[in-house]
Amino acid sequence: MGINFKQETFRDDFSFRNSPEQVRRFPFPFHEDGYMYSVNIEPHVPGAKNTVFEHLFDVDEHYVSEMHDRALVLAEDPLRCQSLPHMTLAGWDTLELLMTEKAKSYPEHFSLTRDGDKWHWVNRPLGIDDRFTFGDTSTLPYDPLEYITRQSQGDFAVLDQRDGNLWMDAGIVTTQADWSLDFDIGMNFFEWHAPVPLAHEMGVFKRALKFLMALQQGQPARRHNWTMTINPRLDTSPENYHKWGTDRTTVTPENVGDKVHLRVEIQMFFRLPRSNALLFPIRCYLIKMDELVTSPKWARRFHRVLRDLPPELAEYKGLVRYRPTVVEWLSKYDDGAPTSPGFGPD
Amino acid sequence: MRAGSNRIDVTVTDVVVVNELVKRFHFERTHGGILPTFSGGAHVVVEMRDEGKTRLNPYSLMSSPLDTRDYTISVRRDDAGRGGSLFMHREVKPGQRMVISNPVNLFSLDLRAKKHLMIAGGIGITPFMAQTAQLAGRGGNFELHYACRNDALATYADVLTARYDRRIHLYRDDHGEKLDLEKLLSTQPLGTYLYVCGPAGMIKWVRATAAEAGWPDETVHFEHFAAPQPGKPFDVRLAVSEVDIRVGEHESLLEAIEAAGLNPPYLCRGGVCGQCETNVISYDGKFLHNDHWLSEEDHRSGCKIMPCVSRFEGKSLTLER
Ligand code: HEM
Ligand code: FES
Repeated sequence: MGINFKQETFRDDFSFRNSPEQVRRFPFPFHEDGYMYSVNIEPHVPGAKNTVFEHLFDVDEHYVSEMHDRALVLAEDPLRCQSLPHMTLAGWDTLELLMTEKAKSYPEHFSLTRDGDKWHWVNRPLGIDDRFTFGDTSTLPYDPLEYITRQSQGDFAVLDQRDGNLWMDAGIVTTQADWSLDFDIGMNFFEWHAPVPLAHEMGVFKRALKFLMALQQGQPARRHNWTMTINPRLDTSPENYHKWGTDRTTVTPENVGDKVHLRVEIQMFFRLPRSNALLFPIRCYLIKMDELVTSPKWARRFHRVLRDLPPELAEYKGLVRYRPTVVEWLSKYDDGAPTSPGFGPD
Repeated sequence: MRAGSNRIDVTVTDVVVVNELVKRFHFERTHGGILPTFSGGAHVVVEMRDEGKTRLNPYSLMSSPLDTRDYTISVRRDDAGRGGSLFMHREVKPGQRMVISNPVNLFSLDLRAKKHLMIAGGIGITPFMAQTAQLAGRGGNFELHYACRNDALATYADVLTARYDRRIHLYRDDHGEKLDLEKLLSTQPLGTYLYVCGPAGMIKWVRATAAEAGWPDETVHFEHFAAPQPGKPFDVRLAVSEVDIRVGEHESLLEAIEAAGLNPPYLCRGGVCGQCETNVISYDGKFLHNDHWLSEEDHRSGCKIMPCVSRFEGKSLTLER
């Protein structure tokens, strides 16, 4: 049985919705009734069935529409995908990882046949059937990183590892929470994290970098991050701020349920074998407040997290303007009952 | 924060005597299939079960990254060492099953380089075996300068010369051949990156000469795994786990911590990766720091120790573990 891919939009009329099954598998990010930054890294091992962690790379009902949205962004702004010349090998590593995992996890939708360096890739949902020579960029319509990430949900940063640091030397970024690849390209771990409040002082980044530098192949790790987005828009980029920035002023008590979305990023870390680079996929999941409150525990807990969020974090995440309205709306779903520990619904 | 399984079951498929000091070991997956792809410069940690003791030693992979049906390592016998290399030389036979780690690369090629200039001393040749194979497969530009004692101990010089011909330059001590490093460094094209692997003295010399010639730090790469040294036994209190341990003469502090049932992080076991860094809570005595990770200031402060290679002499030592 395959996935039922939906046709929907992440712009203009915003027809994006989650099916009830998709709501149930939403990666709710709060294990307790509060939130603060931490070095929240754990092994990225396949998880339970019907969760987003069932496979290393989750493909869901939004796949086809998200890939269409990515193509629209790239057509308008090619700089959303960049790769410095020394990163081509890492691009091939990425292509291999994504193709082999997709074909293994979803054989009904993807297949890969390898005969030495002669590869045959079939992506049925997107209607792609290509033969190419692994390692020879001239046999693909795009460079390897762009080719495979036009077929993979989520953003991807590819970090070169050298001089005791990680360098953002390649990536594709079209579904981001207000940061820009074109701005960050060539920066190191501390430079691109410079705008983040509090975490530097807490030593989060120093410890995280040490862990990432030592990450081994075959032992991927993950963490999550979250923010909020008004309207189910994937491309909340600095480049297009003029298109979405004003959405934040449109939240009213009447439209919170439909307009306000919790945005969760599952960020993964993979060591790439040939290039020794680090692959950082950032997979974005959106859920409307109306959908979120179908789980009483999630509603109670998110109300408490948002209400008690440190002001620096609210400021950085851009929630200041509409936070009171959303907290007020959520309070109707919080009777003060205790919540159970852990991520799952009660 | 440690991730899933890191261990690979392998079978020794061949043991080859390379010369009077060096043996080469070939490993294949015990249950069939290819081994993980790796990049030139990577090492694996080999587990050795030696009369109730487990030793974990890192060795550079020297086989071609383009062919992972098997992995090969070369081990130089160190008669004065703690026994890891002696175990490999004496006990490991074809057909034997062993456990190795996934490959880790702490000495990777900088792919921005227009040219890779490699300098090897002795058994330090092994990571370059894999790196040259990787570069040659992609038409990469490299040149290797290799210093050794004599022809008999010029491990793999014949193989390398047959493969790469004039890109290999050999310097034999007993022939009075000497690498003119200043000249070599001064005649390199822009965009050259330097790599050195060999004895500590050689690494120091190459780094100092390059610095003097104005090479920026980030263009000079070196790999120097310190071998854990034997030493006098000492006692340690592990405060977090509330256990007291004794570190034996031929055992590293890290091994003693592991033998007590703890699972502390590590990667290189050679004092370079930083993973095993441990805070000192209190001490009365003297540290014998052997790592390349902590700063001199850290060493002087008495606040930190790298248990994979460093030791202690004195009355008492309490660690945050
Ligand atoms: C190497 C992989 C990583 C990449 C490429 C990356 C990239 C980024 C970027 C581009 C931002 C946005 C900064 C801005 O405002 O412009 C960010 C934010 C952040 N990053 Fe990372 N990051 C990585 C790993 C990590 C790790 C391992 C941690 C911590 C354990 C971390 C913690 C954070 C935090 C706390 C924020 C602020 C997020 C928020 O409040 O919304 N990052 N990261
Ligand atoms: S394990 Fe690498 S420094 Fe100790």
